[in-house]
Amino acid sequence: MNKALSIRGLRKTYHNGVEALKGIDLEVDAGDFFALLGPNGAGKSTTIGVVVSLINKTAGSVKVFGVDIDQDFSRAKSLIAVVPQEFNFNMFEKVEQIILNQAGYYGIPRTQARSRCERFLRQLGLWEKRHDVARELSGGMKRRLMIARALVHQPKLLILDEPTAGVDIELRASMWTFLRQINAEGVTIILTTHYLEEAENLCRNIAIINHGELVEHTNMQQLLHRLQHQTVILDLATPQTALPEVTQWQWVLTDPETLEVEVDRTIGLSPVFSTLEHHHIRVLSMRNKSNRLETLFLGLVGSNVKNNNKEEV
Amino acid sequence: MTVGQLWTALLTLTRKEASRVLRIWPQTLVPPVVTTSLYFVIFGSLIGSRIGSMGGRQYMDFIVPGLVMMAVITNSYANVSSSFFSAKFQRNVEEMLVSPMPSAIILLGYVLGGVLRGLAVGVVVAIVALLFSNVTVVNWPLSIVMMLGTSVLFSLAGFFNALFARTFDDISIIPTFVLTPLTYLGGVFFSITLLPDFWQSIARINPILYMIDGFRLGVLGTSDIDVRLSIVVVLTFITVMFVADLVLLKRGYRLRS
Ligand SMILES: Nc1ncnc2c1ncn2[C@@H]1O[C@H](COP(=O)(O)OP(=O)(O)O)[C@@H](O)[C@H]1O
Ligand SMILES: [Mg+2]
Repeated sequence: MNKALSIRGLRKTYHNGVEALKGIDLEVDAGDFFALLGPNGAGKSTTIGVVVSLINKTAGSVKVFGVDIDQDFSRAKSLIAVVPQEFNFNMFEKVEQIILNQAGYYGIPRTQARSRCERFLRQLGLWEKRHDVARELSGGMKRRLMIARALVHQPKLLILDEPTAGVDIELRASMWTFLRQINAEGVTIILTTHYLEEAENLCRNIAIINHGELVEHTNMQQLLHRLQHQTVILDLATPQTALPEVTQWQWVLTDPETLEVEVDRTIGLSPVFSTLEHHHIRVLSMRNKSNRLETLFLGLVGSNVKNNNKEEV
Repeated sequence: MTVGQLWTALLTLTRKEASRVLRIWPQTLVPPVVTTSLYFVIFGSLIGSRIGSMGGRQYMDFIVPGLVMMAVITNSYANVSSSFFSAKFQRNVEEMLVSPMPSAIILLGYVLGGVLRGLAVGVVVAIVALLFSNVTVVNWPLSIVMMLGTSVLFSLAGFFNALFARTFDDISIIPTFVLTPLTYLGGVFFSITLLPDFWQSIARINPILYMIDGFRLGVLGTSDIDVRLSIVVVLTFITVMFVADLVLLKRGYRLRS
């Protein structure tokens, strides 16, 4: 299938010696709605920075719709757009001017730029504010201004770095609707977030990054399934050859004295134990099958609370 | 990008720079008029009347080309250094860095902005000068070439300064401690032939001397230096600064981590 983004062996070591990316491989299909999830400092913004040419990579390759950024950067750039994590427009410029200028940098003639500018400002509810100076916009409006600015050259790949951090719930929902619509029109979208909920709501595929390494690269359904289920390993007192028929969970004998049980968290372990007891199968001990993902998510939830306080916009 | 797209990009950037000059006109266009008027009143009228002639001209007339050049130099430099540094500081330079616009166009756009302001202020100062003196330009082409070349050069220099700058202080240090002294010593207010031989040869190290002298030749028809040398100096410095700026910009020096 056609790849919107293909990253191989990407490494980045900053001047101060911080190894932000330790060899990332990432593929995003054309037309996908993709989440790059990870806690603060994981390397999400660094990855994006390299793709959009704001950060020089240390090693590895990046292709955008098959165009290698080392070979034809100009062409690659014209296919991508980025909505960065931090505001990066001139605070003293007018909303409309910011967008028209950005269009100009991509070589779009003024008349065409004007009509696109109007379309996106209207869609994002900023048309009334077009003559306002950027500094006077609210946090949510500033973020939408960056989205309008990103779309003006009609990119095929839109990358948003934590687009809803610090945005209130109502606005977040309308932003989600807008992004879904853009995606339905054929634009591939990658967003970074540290809210699992956001990724879950919007994205079909997901990669999870932590400490500069990819921990997961899968589709949303599989990930949710795995998060929703827990797996425990039971050591049995007597060897078994067959197991009772059950429907509520799945289990398998990895050897005659070891039973691996995968059960939905909402069901819990009680019915498992009563079934075993009912069939006179005695359990000697029990342990959790180690789950890196789960540990990571507990971490994510913890850091979310902190970030919500910090990232007032 | 196609030629048409490159042209659109350059036009956009230049227009943006020009509108910035107009938007903040109390900072960009008014101060030079005030300072030069003061120079004319104090040095020209009050003190100049006691000096008599300089370089074969009325003192008031003698200082006109130097004051115009001083305004061109300071304003070209200040425009590019502060505009590009503030784009770095507010990070809106990223708008340009993520776009396919080539580095050369970015540099050219800023230089055109600097030249527009340099020349605008130069012309305004010249008009003020006409109120105090009766200078008529002897050689228009030479005057225009010297003024334009100097403006381009100091726009490029301002860009260079902004690339290195990390704080707003970094873009005021060079104008205060290097440009202003060199401009004063470059013969705005006196002919270097007044200096003893030794100091004359020291003064000749100063590139600004050549620009002011070349411009003065264009305007008044009198000079201390061979004009061909002046033109070579300006062109050489333009080439060196342009290449230096472009190389650093392409590498993303202090722009990309
Ligand atoms: N410009 C920089 N210089 C040095 N270290 C940096 C720079 N930017 C980010 N880092 C470091 O690189 C790591 C990854 O950061 P980042 O990509 O911003 O993470 P995320 O976006 O996932 O929060 C962090 O340890 C961060 O401190
Ligand atoms: Mg980040």
